[in-house]
Amino acid sequence: MIDVKKLNKSFGDNHVLKDIDEHISRGEKVVIVGPSGSGKSTFLRCLNLMEIPSSGDIFFEDKNITKTKGKQLNAMRQKMGMVFQHFNLFPHLTILDNITLAPIKLKLMSKKQAQEKAMQLLKRVGLVDKAKQYPNQLSGGQKQRIAIVRALAMNPQVMLFDEPTSALDPEMVGEVLDLMKQLAIDGMTMVVVTHEMGFAREVGSRVLFMDEGRIVEQNTPKEFFDSPQNPRLKDFLSKVL
Amino acid sequence: MEQILNWFNEKVLVWLEGIWNNFHRAFIEKGRYIAYIDGFKLTLFVSFFAVILGVIIGLIVAVLKYTSARNKRLKIFGMISNLYITIIRGTPVYVQLLIIYYVIFTSRGTSPLVVAIICFGVNSSAYVAEIIRAGIEAVDKGQMEAGKSLGLSGIQSMTSIVLPQAIKNILPALGNEFIVLIKETAIVGVIAVNDVTKAAQNVSGITYDLLTPLIITAVMYLVVVVLLTKLLGYFERRLAQGDRR
Repeated sequence: MIDVKKLNKSFGDNHVLKDIDEHISRGEKVVIVGPSGSGKSTFLRCLNLMEIPSSGDIFFEDKNITKTKGKQLNAMRQKMGMVFQHFNLFPHLTILDNITLAPIKLKLMSKKQAQEKAMQLLKRVGLVDKAKQYPNQLSGGQKQRIAIVRALAMNPQVMLFDEPTSALDPEMVGEVLDLMKQLAIDGMTMVVVTHEMGFAREVGSRVLFMDEGRIVEQNTPKEFFDSPQNPRLKDFLSKVL
Repeated sequence: MEQILNWFNEKVLVWLEGIWNNFHRAFIEKGRYIAYIDGFKLTLFVSFFAVILGVIIGLIVAVLKYTSARNKRLKIFGMISNLYITIIRGTPVYVQLLIIYYVIFTSRGTSPLVVAIICFGVNSSAYVAEIIRAGIEAVDKGQMEAGKSLGLSGIQSMTSIVLPQAIKNILPALGNEFIVLIKETAIVGVIAVNDVTKAAQNVSGITYDLLTPLIITAVMYLVVVVLLTKLLGYFERRLAQGDRR
């Protein structure tokens, strides 16, 4: 579904991603872990061209998206939902309008359809009563669940999560991870950058370890956590587990 | 007691009567208030359309400057915007008015009203552009990213996500600019627009009383500015809806 070939990304002199090759199949739940500054967020943000790669190609459904611009690029992004560390809900809109803004603006649904769909999704995450409220009236965990719902309203083929629980109070992390688990069970293709090792072990179908701009090791969660090979990974795991 | 009453009659009442007589002569006699009101209408007319023009041009310049700073291919637009802002902000509006009226619109057919609107609109737009740009930059860049990640185009994200939040932040500064603009139009008399200030000058030319017509004019400006301030306060409160916690 997503093919990454020789991906490089630099910010000025800072070479963040180095010759990354990776393949993500439909239905996979890929979890990316690694120390901060290892390039995992940048890698994720390159997948939907939030960051423009310095070189290399990314194929999404066999189409080279690094060459797309304008309308094609926007259409491609519709199929890739993204959830941010800081939620990025639109503070000037109600929860319902947050969710329906894109489907209505892009004329994918009528206003009525979009609202029905939004209410369905809100029901699923148990936040129907918040529909008319504004983001600032919600807790962090609720905001992130709304952000996930907002991405889901576009019927994406794949969901990208950029440290979705890192900005949350510890007691709110669970509700967001539960929702993500639910998505995984429903068969959504997911790429998750996270520090939640428990989530990686339980939900991931494959875990990648990134360090200094490269994917150093990858394996099934069981092998990954129980018998790590790379010394950097061993060191990392000994610190976080 | 009687002394005080006498003093009051002689000094204060006479003084008040003098003021009333001056006011009567400057405002009521021979229907002179019509001149003020007609002038005031022109002041409001010029200000209103200049504000609209200023916001439209200012918005375009601000968005151009903002996007060109993030896109190397559009660098030339950023340079043009900067040049525009530098020239307009760097020269007095009085001089601009004279240049536009006597040098650019030299044909006698051009209405001075139109010239006034263009001049004050263009002048205001430079300030409005900087205000709006600062407002756009104050919006978290994650907002634009969130819009784009949903498949919205840059323009769609700008108009339906970033700008509404920016406008909320800049409303006080923008209101300030509107107030300055209304007061600045007091110089349009120089290109033969009979605004309220010019009307006051005309009246004082007839009555040989400088002070009273100017005070009357000052009060009229003050009333408009106070009303505008109230109106802006109302909009600020409405736009602050999302801030409730």
